[in-house]
Amino acid sequence: MSAVIEPGHAGHDEHPHGPAPGLMRWVLTTNHKDIGSLYLWFSFTAFLLGGSMAMVIRAELFQPGLQIVQPEFFNQMTTMHGLIMVFGAVMPAFVGLANWMIPLMIGAPDMALPRMNNFSFWLLPAAFGLLVSTLFMAGGGPNFGWTFYAPLSTTYAPESVTFFIFAVHLMGISSIMGAINVIATVLNLRAPGMTLMKMPLFVWTWLITAFLLIAVMPVLAGVVTMMLMDIHFGTSFFSAAGGGDPVLFQHVFWFFGHPEVYIMILPAFGAVSSIIPTFSRKPLFGYTSMVYATGAIAFLSFIVWAHHMFTVGIPLTGELFFMYATMLIAVPTGVKVFNWVSTMWRGSLTFEAPMLFAVAFVILFTIGGFSGLMLAIAPADFQYHDTYFVVAHFHYVLVPGAIFGIFASAYYWLPKWTGHLYDETLARWHFWLSFVGMNLAFFPMHFVGLAGMPRRIPDYNLQFADFNMVSSLGAFLFGATQLLFLYIVIKCIRGGEAAPAKPWDGADGLEWSVPSPAPYHTFSTPPEVK
Amino acid sequence: MDDGLPTARLVRRLLLVVAAMFAFGFALVPLYEVMCQAFGINGKTAGAYTGEQQMDAARTVRVQFLASNAAGMNWEFRPLQDELVVHPGASHQMLFVAHNPSDRPMTGQAVPSVAPARAAAWFHKTECFCFTQQVLQPGERIEMPVRFIVDRDLPADVRHLTLGYTLFDITGRQGPQAQAVR
Repeated sequence: MSAVIEPGHAGHDEHPHGPAPGLMRWVLTTNHKDIGSLYLWFSFTAFLLGGSMAMVIRAELFQPGLQIVQPEFFNQMTTMHGLIMVFGAVMPAFVGLANWMIPLMIGAPDMALPRMNNFSFWLLPAAFGLLVSTLFMAGGGPNFGWTFYAPLSTTYAPESVTFFIFAVHLMGISSIMGAINVIATVLNLRAPGMTLMKMPLFVWTWLITAFLLIAVMPVLAGVVTMMLMDIHFGTSFFSAAGGGDPVLFQHVFWFFGHPEVYIMILPAFGAVSSIIPTFSRKPLFGYTSMVYATGAIAFLSFIVWAHHMFTVGIPLTGELFFMYATMLIAVPTGVKVFNWVSTMWRGSLTFEAPMLFAVAFVILFTIGGFSGLMLAIAPADFQYHDTYFVVAHFHYVLVPGAIFGIFASAYYWLPKWTGHLYDETLARWHFWLSFVGMNLAFFPMHFVGLAGMPRRIPDYNLQFADFNMVSSLGAFLFGATQLLFLYIVIKCIRGGEAAPAKPWDGADGLEWSVPSPAPYHTFSTPPEVK
Repeated sequence: MDDGLPTARLVRRLLLVVAAMFAFGFALVPLYEVMCQAFGINGKTAGAYTGEQQMDAARTVRVQFLASNAAGMNWEFRPLQDELVVHPGASHQMLFVAHNPSDRPMTGQAVPSVAPARAAAWFHKTECFCFTQQVLQPGERIEMPVRFIVDRDLPADVRHLTLGYTLFDITGRQGPQAQAVR
């Protein structure tokens, strides 16, 4: 936590502007660096919690039959694992990176709305406290899957579902405020000369992500509000008995849900677009096309939602439309992958930990993209739907996609945050163990999925036994490896070789023009951008 | 660098977007209803039909009837006949039997669905027990009619339709839900 404590203020001490002493610094802070650190620590805590739940799931699936947990608890584990990883780990991690880096990258002194920034962070512990507490309530926590389809989440839900609904409301409000803050900062606080098309891609992808957030988080709030009314106020939005329709739930949910998956990946695209040029010692290939491709992905994400629901009985024309629209996303995504590869082409490559994670990101995210294309084929999806193939697909885009993107960013900017170089040897161990563990865990899921193993079931047919054991071993390896990451980060905060202002010789950008560690206040006078 | 007013105005506009999108989530409910009925998708049939049609004696269509209970419903519920062979354009009636075997008065609501779903737009009900709630006293047994016309314009490749009803127990539910059901 000492990441941002400034070593003294010789020179101009006319007013105090270091961090406040003591614990209240973290409660009351409006400093973007403090809040960024809070978000990142919160996210890592949620990552370990959601990860332990994954360990329970994989332990139960280690062998066929029921050994460790009861099916009721298993359902709560799959549900909470999904909710905590999506809303507690990945999204807050990106908000943390945005808080830390966006003002540094555009030459702003802080976020545009610092007090709201503090509030949007402190809503999160409340939201997740509420959510996790449901596990200890009579009847158990949410057990209906992270997608909480009605009527499982309404008519057949445990009593605690109301707490789940309010938790979603709170995290939604937090995300919306965070997004408004990012938009206001990027549009209003750029340094003179920093035109939109000069912004680093991380800022661009976050700006577009923020617009996605304010467009779809209110729809999520709407759908849980409808659930609340169905459960407590006698309405029938999703109840066929009263004239509603459970399929409507899926439409509204996925109208939120599909843009949500891009919310979780676009900032990673941006970070990787900074990291690959640095370690290739070449400028990014096709900057403008990167910006437009991000915009195109964001637009398309609004018109593909029903590809999650091919099997509910939508008409043939609908299936065709959503199939083709989904496949169209491969075009801007392909542009991005092409640009990353072209950036590396004939570059002077070195493979420090951020680059290792970034290169693995490009390769493995592309594998996840290809399995996504397979799932987009409507007639084939009838075979894949709700099998482990789907689980393999979205873990390939989220783990080596979003999470490797976060690790790459963390290693890339740790010297700037802490003022110390991290332990490169350990970081490479972290990478290779994560890489092997993650592929061992998720690759066999493609095979068992294609062979018909259904997801969200605590038991399986004997024929899937070997692959599941491999998956579990890989998952345990991946899970344990993340404790190494915690150790590396703590070690880096506590000491290590002093980092220069620009620890990466190929790096480019305003964030490297301030000393390491970044002083508590930066760019109080805006830099001049040429 | 902070130029005050533009930030405040920007935030107000963004909050407006948030409010509009929250409203849009709810607007999806009637929108979905309208789309389903306009295109006859999802097996949803329209409300009471008032038109009249000429019988097409040259063509026959098999209409099968299904009755099932939703979870928790204990009524006996079945059609008098399993199927009818009808001419498009002609009006037909089928009776469904409902019997409340319990020792308390109960309210039931039937929800119709047509398969194949794409044929739903051509299946018209002129009268249906599903338009209202059914209140049955303990042990009471009633016969409930549905009158229907299969449209002359039913696509030629559809020779076989299924009209299914699911009966829900709505005893004790408040609110005038019945109007919403078609």
